[in-house]
Amino acid sequence: MASAPPPILTLSGITKSFPGVRALDGVDLEVLPGEVHCLLGQNGAGKSTLIKVVAGAHQPDTGEITWQGEQVTLSNPVSAMRLGISTIYQELDLVLHLSVAENVHLGHERATAGFVRRGEARTRTSELLTRLGHPEIHPDTIVGDLSSAGQQIVSMARALSHDTQLIVMDEPSAVLDPDEVGNLFRIVENLTADNVAVVYISHRLEEIRRIGDRVTVLKDGRAVARGLPAKETATKDIVALMTGRDVEHSFPRRATPFDDAEGGEPVLVAEGLSRAGEFDPLDLEIRPGEIVGLAGLVGSGRSEILETLYGARTPTGGTVRVEGKRLRPGSVISAVRAGLGLAPEERKAQALFMLESVTRNVSISSLPRFSRGGWLDRSGERAAAHDNIRELSLRPDNPDAAIRTLSGGNQQKAVLARWLLRRCKVLLLDEPTRGVDVGARSELYTLIRRLADDGVAVLLVSSEIPEVLGLADRVLVLREGQVVHTAPARELDEHRVLDLVMEGSQA
Amino acid sequence: MTTGATPEPSATASLDKPAPPGPPPAAATGDKGPGQGPRLVLGKLFDLHTLSLLGVLAILCVIGAITAGDQFLDTNNLQLVLTQASVIGVVTVGMTFVMIGGGIDLSVGAIVALASVWCTTVATQEFGMGGMIFCALAVGVGCGLVNGVLIAYGPMVPFVATLAMMVSARGLSLEITGGSTQMVTVDSVLDLGRRDSYILGIPPLVIIFAVITALGWVLLNRTTFGRRTVAIGGNAEAARLAGIAVKRQRLMLYALSGLCCGIAAFMLVVLSGSGQNTNGNLYELNSIAAAIIGGTLLTGGRGTIIGSVLGVLVFTLITNLFVLNNLESAFQQIATGAIIVAAVLLQRRSASHTT
Repeated sequence: MASAPPPILTLSGITKSFPGVRALDGVDLEVLPGEVHCLLGQNGAGKSTLIKVVAGAHQPDTGEITWQGEQVTLSNPVSAMRLGISTIYQELDLVLHLSVAENVHLGHERATAGFVRRGEARTRTSELLTRLGHPEIHPDTIVGDLSSAGQQIVSMARALSHDTQLIVMDEPSAVLDPDEVGNLFRIVENLTADNVAVVYISHRLEEIRRIGDRVTVLKDGRAVARGLPAKETATKDIVALMTGRDVEHSFPRRATPFDDAEGGEPVLVAEGLSRAGEFDPLDLEIRPGEIVGLAGLVGSGRSEILETLYGARTPTGGTVRVEGKRLRPGSVISAVRAGLGLAPEERKAQALFMLESVTRNVSISSLPRFSRGGWLDRSGERAAAHDNIRELSLRPDNPDAAIRTLSGGNQQKAVLARWLLRRCKVLLLDEPTRGVDVGARSELYTLIRRLADDGVAVLLVSSEIPEVLGLADRVLVLREGQVVHTAPARELDEHRVLDLVMEGSQA
Repeated sequence: MTTGATPEPSATASLDKPAPPGPPPAAATGDKGPGQGPRLVLGKLFDLHTLSLLGVLAILCVIGAITAGDQFLDTNNLQLVLTQASVIGVVTVGMTFVMIGGGIDLSVGAIVALASVWCTTVATQEFGMGGMIFCALAVGVGCGLVNGVLIAYGPMVPFVATLAMMVSARGLSLEITGGSTQMVTVDSVLDLGRRDSYILGIPPLVIIFAVITALGWVLLNRTTFGRRTVAIGGNAEAARLAGIAVKRQRLMLYALSGLCCGIAAFMLVVLSGSGQNTNGNLYELNSIAAAIIGGTLLTGGRGTIIGSVLGVLVFTLITNLFVLNNLESAFQQIATGAIIVAAVLLQRRSASHTT
């Protein structure tokens, strides 16, 4: 396929600068019709900027875009769409309270004299959903009622509702469970069979290997490798290109396995904790320095358990104790006071104050420490925050930087710094490495390990089983709100956990 | 009564004006990194928005001096402008806190009316000035607490809860007065409004306003209360998960707004020598407008006390110019609308410059 068809899209010498940053520094990209072209790179490598250029959301400073042999200017998203380029962003841009059909036709409603031809829209939506292998989604369903996988299907239907010849997918698998990922791959295969080109962005190398044809690797705003064969190139080589280093990420092991005898009294004890309809009564103990992993599919009750322990959801039964002191059920304030900290799944929506500086994001849970009679000691606050972000090697090393300018990995470090500053005893981590690039992941693993070594008890939820197995001392496997297995991590492997997680969901 | 409007010429002026101060500080607001020389000092003291407002004020003063000459520059007139700004200004300080915290308070005008009426009943006036002040503040805080409880613990949407308070507080003040004006008979209160009590030519009400502004600035910028206010307005869910008592903070914000209304009510009583159920008419809209042109985000999380105060001064000055030039108040209202639009557009542009 490499030589025969002319490329459908060619970018050459694209540069794009933002104040203070050169996001793209002469990127070339060539996409062939009907191929899955994977875009790889660490956060900050320029992937997002590049796809925004392709989508018409950003205008390049210099460089040329050629579409089907003609030089074009993509002055806005509509012009890109008219040409046949659709983009599915990581944060799905659907209107949650409208129906599936209305979302699919949003912006290009089929109408006569201003009156929407609803029947036609519905029929066409059904056709698109069938083409995507999801005839069970009804065009009249309200999008907000669908799972995130379902919503992604709707986004794709919307992309296809235009006469699309190129679809850009930004980390489509990030919100999906393993079985849903399989379905996504089938859709991608069907699309390419229809000669639609797909530009696919993912942090997961194994996915790229499964469906990718060619790979372009970005680093620091440049394409360091173009059109590598996706299936044949060694992982080691790809990682080396992305990081400029020759490493696979490894999990920092504790020197000796965590033993029942060490660690002493459990710091967090949950007894019979439950929330009707979300998870069954759960007993859980975590000792200082221990990392406990919760493995399970999305919807197995993982995040719900974390949030209930934390008081963000009110339990329907059971108790939580920290160092023997019982927490007020459903009170985050009581949990934080007792020494709990949460790094929630949706960083931007649930943890960060995007208008504020790093310092203010870090210090927000420790304000009483920097105040006397309500009066803030701002230099003390800044200095303490600075110490903490330096300890976590957060970049840039500037406590006054605006949090929104930081990469995902560094924003996550800011959240960890918040709880480090608070000197929390139990850290609840919900998908701590979601949307974090490979290099920063390893750093986060090291940090989590170090926090545990310093005596913090950690409860970790992650969709990535290797992450749970690599970090945790003990693993609880969840299925449909129930703990189906508990074992030391060293006695488990990925296949065993996957079996346990999925067993029964087949039935 | 005090607020509201613009002459047409000054509206155009204010549209033009923000541009000149615009470009230079845009860099300074962005990041401290590439900042240069003397401009940085100004940029540190005031942000772009504040500088633009100062520019607008300067232009309005020039226009005033040209069109109304001595009449405008007369000490009496300037004292009058500042006094009028003081009452709505105190209300706006409270409103700014509520808005930065992500809320809105539509009941401020009605609370001012109720507090002014309640503290001027014959029964209250028997307790003298102290009793009247206490009564005004208690009514203000009380109404604010009701708002706060409904919003934080109800939970109700701030718009709806304060709308209900606006209607019922107005109703109650009409019930208390029966529609008549309640004259103040306590001499010490009346004296406060007289010329002899001016300190170095400054009316006591203006001093109260200055003090409230200073306290508001300190509260917002130097205390945990202020920090938490910004946090819950910026991202309420993140604030809750960071362990902040979001509900209590909301309650306190509306109580604070109520307190400011109580203070403003007493100031209005001093100013007019009476209490009426029509007091504080349209204060809610005027204070919201002042906060918005001062740079407060309607969505919460950002805003400054200085900006709001400058916003109040702009509106008051415009009203004054209209009155001095005998222009119709209809144009004044149209111009006010234009200024709000211009201010928000400017905010957008400066925001997109910095990101």
